[in-house]
Amino acid sequence: MTDLLRPHAVATPVERLDGPAKVTGTAPYAFDHAVPNPAYLHPLQAAVARGRVTDIDTRPAEELDGVLAVLTHRNAPRLASDEDAELAILQSDEVAFRGQFLGAVIAETPEIARQAASLVRITVDEQEHQVQLRADHRQLYVPEEVNPTFPTDTSQGDVDLAARDAAITVDERYTTAWYHNNPMEPHSTVALWQDATLTLYDSTQGAHPVRTAIAPVLGLDPEQVRVIAPHVGGGFGSKGTAHAHLILAALAARELPGHWVKFALTRQQMFSLAGYRTPTIQRVRLAADHEGRLSGIGVDAVEQTSRFKEFAEQTGIPARTMYAARNRRSTHRLAPLDVPVPSWMRAPGECPGMFGPEVAMDELATACGLDPIELRIRNEPHVDPESGKPFSSRNLIACLRDGAHRFGWDGRDPTPRGRRDGRWLVGTGVASSTYPVHYIPGSAATVRYLGEGRYRVEVSATDLGTGARTVLAQIAADALGVGVERIELGIGDTALPVATVAGGSSGTISWGSTIVEAARIFRHEYGDNPSEGDEAAGTTPENPAAERFAMRAFGAQFAEVRVHEDTGEVRVPRLLGVFAAGRIINPRTARSQLIGGMTMGLSMALHEESVLDPRFGHIVNHDFAEYHVAANADVGALDAHWIDEDDPHVNPLGAKGIGEIGIVGTAAAIVNAAYHATGVRVRELPVTLDKFLH
Amino acid sequence: MIPFDYQPAENAEGAVATVARAPEATFLGGGTNLVDHMKLGLARPSLLVDVTTLPLDRIETLPDGGVRIGAGVRNSDAAAHPTIRERYPALAEALLSGASGQLRNLATTGGNLLQRTRCVYFQDVTTPCNKREPGSGCSALGGYTRYHAILGASSDCVAVHPSDMAVAMAALDAVVQVTGPGGQRDIPVVDLHRLPGDQPHRDTVLSHGDLITAVDLPPAPASRHSRYRKVRDRASYAFALVSVAAALDIEDGDVRAARVAFGGVSHKPWRARRAEDVLVEGPPTESTFWDAAEAELSDAEPLRGNEFKVPLARNTLVSVLREIVSEQR
Repeated sequence: MTDLLRPHAVATPVERLDGPAKVTGTAPYAFDHAVPNPAYLHPLQAAVARGRVTDIDTRPAEELDGVLAVLTHRNAPRLASDEDAELAILQSDEVAFRGQFLGAVIAETPEIARQAASLVRITVDEQEHQVQLRADHRQLYVPEEVNPTFPTDTSQGDVDLAARDAAITVDERYTTAWYHNNPMEPHSTVALWQDATLTLYDSTQGAHPVRTAIAPVLGLDPEQVRVIAPHVGGGFGSKGTAHAHLILAALAARELPGHWVKFALTRQQMFSLAGYRTPTIQRVRLAADHEGRLSGIGVDAVEQTSRFKEFAEQTGIPARTMYAARNRRSTHRLAPLDVPVPSWMRAPGECPGMFGPEVAMDELATACGLDPIELRIRNEPHVDPESGKPFSSRNLIACLRDGAHRFGWDGRDPTPRGRRDGRWLVGTGVASSTYPVHYIPGSAATVRYLGEGRYRVEVSATDLGTGARTVLAQIAADALGVGVERIELGIGDTALPVATVAGGSSGTISWGSTIVEAARIFRHEYGDNPSEGDEAAGTTPENPAAERFAMRAFGAQFAEVRVHEDTGEVRVPRLLGVFAAGRIINPRTARSQLIGGMTMGLSMALHEESVLDPRFGHIVNHDFAEYHVAANADVGALDAHWIDEDDPHVNPLGAKGIGEIGIVGTAAAIVNAAYHATGVRVRELPVTLDKFLH
Repeated sequence: MIPFDYQPAENAEGAVATVARAPEATFLGGGTNLVDHMKLGLARPSLLVDVTTLPLDRIETLPDGGVRIGAGVRNSDAAAHPTIRERYPALAEALLSGASGQLRNLATTGGNLLQRTRCVYFQDVTTPCNKREPGSGCSALGGYTRYHAILGASSDCVAVHPSDMAVAMAALDAVVQVTGPGGQRDIPVVDLHRLPGDQPHRDTVLSHGDLITAVDLPPAPASRHSRYRKVRDRASYAFALVSVAAALDIEDGDVRAARVAFGGVSHKPWRARRAEDVLVEGPPTESTFWDAAEAELSDAEPLRGNEFKVPLARNTLVSVLREIVSEQR
């Protein structure tokens, strides 16, 4: 790997380049694109969890003025591939989950489409369904691997034996709820099928990945599909993979050549059609001596997948690498259910997988009479416990100590239920955060000199609202040795050089390193005084150090929690996160991402829960009035800091991803603080007021 | 959503006559509940008569010292009105705890009273609901009940009325002014909403064509010492799990008058007369508060999944009474 980029624009708080466009409403999101000859799609959905469609009467819809087409499995074209069962819609009469697409009405206005859809009569031969995750589900099975390609089970030594022989053990069951990603912008696409080319304005975490996913399903070459995504209003993983609405819109567009078919999922539809996080049931075991030194760590996770397509959340992964212990095991078991397929959501694996273990560590600290920070310091590994490799950098202890100082942790009385402010019981808690460095190969970038000191830099990256556009311009500026204002950046379009998905906190480092490589080649070929039109291309450089080191970001989160003695209401007046994530490219957007992640963690701790009704098989609180995310009033003093971390091994930027680490550990810190406030140990999320009532 | 006609009202009597003539017509206030329901397919009016055009947007002091709030007064305006804040603080608090700033800017006094009871199954046309389709069954029984009733429910419906404002009005003895096809009449707020019984599709005692024109708040010393406390699953923009509106008039160490109502527990704002009876004519002590709560909640019948509401209602009432007393010392 070449030398680290010298920071000039990088590491400065450049304001978002697209900020004015966004706050003035002129930045076009997918559905906003003004298109000629639009048509509007409203889907038909299954109202049972399992069965077979025996009849669909579409005539009342077809007879309505303004209806252009009605699609069902009876008239929909055959797809070229049904390899991805989630995308193979309208190919049979089978209903595999409640809410599944059974068809679509396309009309001249969205109102007509919706009214017409309500007139279609669908008869389904309903079959018995199973939708409820239980730890003792009879069909639990062992997946071949867990997301994306981790081994399902790992074992070193013997955790059973370690637990039996240990002076102190924690052996508890922790559960996280069913969650939905719920980005502000719904999944939306605007599709035109003309001249054997499909064009999509899409709300996606990756224009090229979408194209790669849907082209073979539709029997097209990737070059026949163009995906354009200049602005995206959040994804949180749910726009990282292609979902079925894309195929539905594409099929509709194929039926109506020359029409731009516009399709935005409603909030309710997002609860069955855009992915979600599986609930998890985690048995966590810790074995330790009286001084808190761990001899065993075990995490056994039970989760759900859909019967028709597998997704295995990697919940046991973080415990494999977090703390030193001779005896270790982690397992994953899946229950196949008649539900939509789970998918990526806000730090898959790490987020739920750091809940159980980090609460268990707090329980162990209490059992050992140790400060929870000291307990973590005593179990700091010298090398990655899983691989035996050294860490390229690991500054968990520095984060814990810096956070303790900033938060006022020192001198904390560990006694539960020992502090009050009027009727409010007050407590504090801590937990660790971690997230792997995902440096993903496969992007390409071009640099072209435009004359007059200006450069055009192109890579089909995606800005989900995080500031990617801004930080990539900073990186390009430093890579070319010019000011940010000299950079014209092109992103979010398959007509541009290929880029990998905006997921796994991989974007900035993967695309950024690719830009650095393209700029290096450009300067190598054209020097510092290029001619107008000079152009060079680069691809993501390999990182030989990746084989030698374990690479992760770490952090520590601190929470103050208040629980009302009468009502059990839970408030979090203070949250502090301190992170070690390599070089921070833009302190302004980085802080925003970190506190955003922490807010999601707060939301997960206190509010979020997709409530399943097992009789019907769907999520019944499927709107923003009922599915609670934190409101402004729930967020108190919220702060994120980072320590200076110099990591020459991770990539040419010296940076680690920060998109997801903010949500990891937050819920555990809050639960631990709630215990400190009340003496009540909550092991099931969310931490709602009824858990403190008596 | 299906096509419908819209017309602005020119005067109250004309609006009433227009709606009364058309069985599928309805009044439109701020639209924050009705329009949602039209989108969800729960309401399918053929005609909307917009009554926000009527001159019902004033708050006036009445000769007896009470206050009249026009039915078209927006929730934000009522909450901010100095007289209401001073004389009926529980009402101002209740209004401010409801919905969001944007919704309160649109929602009207009359519309707030007439918002439908809330239940995830009522709002989902793919599940049975006796309120939406009489006789189809109640999906909430045996389902998701966290927000549902513990008092006054029936085997046909366990939904709760979601208004905060109405709970405070019920405690403050407010009276609704109604203009209907048969003329004008008064209905105390406590009598406006119904228990579900075997007719859960009827939320109120109003008939088709009845238009609320105003709400009168009577003068009462206790009202100045009134509080509203809303307990919910997040700090803002959430319906009440339990709420309490309470007012105490304490003289010479004894409670002379007590007004208590619960929200979030029933198909209607729940005036707690039994609790009031325990509270009056005695000193406001902690043990009296507990007795009052027990008296009111001894008949509570929680559902599987909302058992916590009984201790929550009890604790919240005691907590609010304690607070009112400490403020009057």
